Amino acid sequence: MSLILILEQVLNGLQFGVMLFLMAAGLTLVFGVMGLINLAHGALYMVGAFAAAAVAGWTGSFVLALMASLAAAAAAGALVEVTVIRRLYDRDHLDQVLATFALILIFSEGTRWLFGSFPLFLDVPSYLSGPVTLPGGIQYPLYRLAIIVIGLVVGAGLFWLIARTRIGVQIRAGEADREMIAALGVDISKLYTLVFALGAALAGLAGALVGAIQSVQVGMGEPVLILAFVVIVIGGIGSIKGALVGALLVGLTDTLGGVFLPRLFALMMEPASAASFGASLASMLIYILMAAVLLVRPSGLFGGSA
Amino acid sequence: MALLLVPLMAWKMDEPFLITLATKVTILALAGVGLNIALGLGGLVSLGHAAFFGIGGYAMGILASHAQNYEPLFSWPFLFEGSNQMPLIWLVAVLASAAAALVIGALSLRTSGVYFIMITLAFGQMLYYFTISWSAYGGEDGLSIWVRNEMPGVNTLDPIQFFAVTFVILCLTLWFAARVAQSAFGLALSAARQSEERVETVGLAPFKLRLIAFVISGAITGLAGALFADLNRFVSPTMLSWHTSGEIMIFVILGGVGRLYGPVVGAAVYILLEHLLGGISEYWQIFLGLLLLGMVLFARGGLIGALLGREVAHD
Repeated sequence: MSLILILEQVLNGLQFGVMLFLMAAGLTLVFGVMGLINLAHGALYMVGAFAAAAVAGWTGSFVLALMASLAAAAAAGALVEVTVIRRLYDRDHLDQVLATFALILIFSEGTRWLFGSFPLFLDVPSYLSGPVTLPGGIQYPLYRLAIIVIGLVVGAGLFWLIARTRIGVQIRAGEADREMIAALGVDISKLYTLVFALGAALAGLAGALVGAIQSVQVGMGEPVLILAFVVIVIGGIGSIKGALVGALLVGLTDTLGGVFLPRLFALMMEPASAASFGASLASMLIYILMAAVLLVRPSGLFGGSA
Repeated sequence: MALLLVPLMAWKMDEPFLITLATKVTILALAGVGLNIALGLGGLVSLGHAAFFGIGGYAMGILASHAQNYEPLFSWPFLFEGSNQMPLIWLVAVLASAAAALVIGALSLRTSGVYFIMITLAFGQMLYYFTISWSAYGGEDGLSIWVRNEMPGVNTLDPIQFFAVTFVILCLTLWFAARVAQSAFGLALSAARQSEERVETVGLAPFKLRLIAFVISGAITGLAGALFADLNRFVSPTMLSWHTSGEIMIFVILGGVGRLYGPVVGAAVYILLEHLLGGISEYWQIFLGLLLLGMVLFARGGLIGALLGREVAHD
């Protein structure tokens, strides 16, 4: 267990956390502004990944593929918002859960129908593949480093958007008092569509970026969706800052736990059972983290009022 | 009633497949009846009931696999070799899922609304990943039991007799659920759903009421899980996946939230749709999704509500 290994795993955890942040940011915005729980967010992640894989297949350009993922997910998000989601804002959470669960079924089976059940592959472009040597002599895949950078840049852009622009002011006002900003002449339904499409685009981008590391397949969004839920529960629903902190916490905990817990147990017990016990515990670690956070702060780290 | 007629006719006509289908409906309805106590009566939108369904399933799988392989499950404080007796398995399934519901409920009920939905979902996923990595009992591949478990006085291998067992359990549970709904506890629980402050004002603790409802609900769903595992003679982590939670919830909603027979109607319609649409198109879940979407947007109160033309008073 060398220092290099630890640093490498910390970077992996960061990369995972940054991806989770892109997912969780959309979820938490949509909940904070519209009060909607959106299970179909993972479907938009999948749409982004499939759009990227398809465009990369036709054109061979990774940049175009990323742009396609943003556009396709935003378009799908806007379409869904206008046709279905809009009717759900004043319904109770049960209706929202069911309707968005129905959307998952439609998106997943629709994608399976269009692309088939076999996973697609999205290649890392040549200029981003291969390792890079970081200060201190660590060899790390350039692509993963690029993901961290892209994620941080997008995250910074999001903070700027929310804190410094007119739209950001409207979004924050929408969180605070819906009726008031409608009364002040802001077109609230357009704002809602915009927020939903923005969240969808971020999810789509995350899907495309991860799609190049893993395979692009139907149902790929759901494990990530549930982790994103854990993230925003830990961070506090509606808080972008909470989503960032929660995402990094979950990303680091999951990655480091998965690597180091089995090794830690190997110091105490025989290797075979240590490996299986450590792996089981590691897979539950983030949920234990979530339970612990909730015991101390039931509305999350940065949650004001739920 | 139709649920009883169909398998009886199928038995006469010697169509074991139909009997199995009806048994599946009965068992899934039982899971729905369990969820309905938390969801309909208590207003607790739990998206983690697959956990209890799966715990029930694994209770059966673990007990029966030890009995089948003649490996003692534990030898202290007494030698226990597992079991293939259904009543014992049911007892273990109910106790195990009730204990899990107690822990999960005690943690999740500290929150409400969206947090509750997400946390129950997250706990469900936690157990799901745990069973996947639990290699002692099959891990991702699940666990097969060669012979259906036994019950004194009944030949469980005969489809119609196994159906009868599940049907009797469903009827007893429905009777129990009706009693709970009309009991002082059920009324207080309903009141806590409608107005938490008022219930507190009269000196009742909503948290305690909800926790009890959650435990009862989890225990019934766990029993359904044990039966489901016995029907398939197979348990796997799929039983704990959140799709299962979603499906159980769909049974309840499809039939009508808070209605006694809602889950029974819902499960029957769902399995019928799965069977019919599945025959037409490989992508039948698209139609299911559209149907469900239409239900949520336009027909609140579920099928029974739509047929009777009036909504049940929820919230």
